[in-house]
Amino acid sequence: MYRSFRTPSLWRDMDRLQRDMNRLFSLYSPSTMRRAPRYPAINIWVCDDCQFVSAEMPGVDIEDIDINVDGDTLTISGELGADEVPEGTHVHRKERGAGKFSRTIQLPYPVDTEKVEASFKNGILSITLPHIEAVKPKKIAITS
Amino acid sequence: MAEEKKEMEVHEQEKVQTEGAERMRSRPTFVPRADIYETDENVLLTVDMPGASEDTIDITLEKDTLTIRANSTHDGPEGYALAFAEFEAGDYERNFRLTDRIDRDNIHAVYTDGVLKLTLPKAEEAKARKISVKTS
Repeated sequence: MYRSFRTPSLWRDMDRLQRDMNRLFSLYSPSTMRRAPRYPAINIWVCDDCQFVSAEMPGVDIEDIDINVDGDTLTISGELGADEVPEGTHVHRKERGAGKFSRTIQLPYPVDTEKVEASFKNGILSITLPHIEAVKPKKIAITS
Repeated sequence: MAEEKKEMEVHEQEKVQTEGAERMRSRPTFVPRADIYETDENVLLTVDMPGASEDTIDITLEKDTLTIRANSTHDGPEGYALAFAEFEAGDYERNFRLTDRIDRDNIHAVYTDGVLKLTLPKAEEAKARKISVKTS
């Protein structure tokens, strides 16, 4: 039988320091907004029996959007086409992007996939996702 | 080797810095992203303003400055609690300086799917003209 000997890791302490600093900054940061890690940026709203997801996708053609729901996972994917400009156009400034995108989001509650509805207006995709029956809130009677 | 399609990147929305004048509204104002193209006939301006609508967009041309303003209203549904946010509804504002090579009376604007497309035709004198060379 031998005893395993672990050398103290310098990186472990650095990691802990990093995590504490991150936590400190997030406590005092002025907004509770997060930087979207992937395109599109989304907002999630929750009510008693439903979830509502909105995604910012200006310029995307409604035909090029794919929405997939599986349990509590929502996947929004598609493609934003590049601007159609005639041959020989001189580009002064290009700030907007183009290309394929796919984003998978874990929702707080599982979804009744039969009742999902989506609409797209002015570049904002709105998806309504009702809860499955099992997670809808239920009143519990107290017996005396 | 198969060509990889470029993936969309997220850009963080830039907020307008107020200098001096205080904002009347409590919503943030964003600088919308824009692409500027120039062809022989026109200058094309494409501005991303998701959540605005035709009635809230305001385009004004004063002297040399083209100002684009819009309000976006995509607050969440009534009675819902916000669980996770990556973008905010706000106003949009951006200015562009035009040269006098633009035909100001024929500027044309269309707003579809959250994108404002402006066509600024070039004034006659500014269009590219072929100059023929004669031999004596």
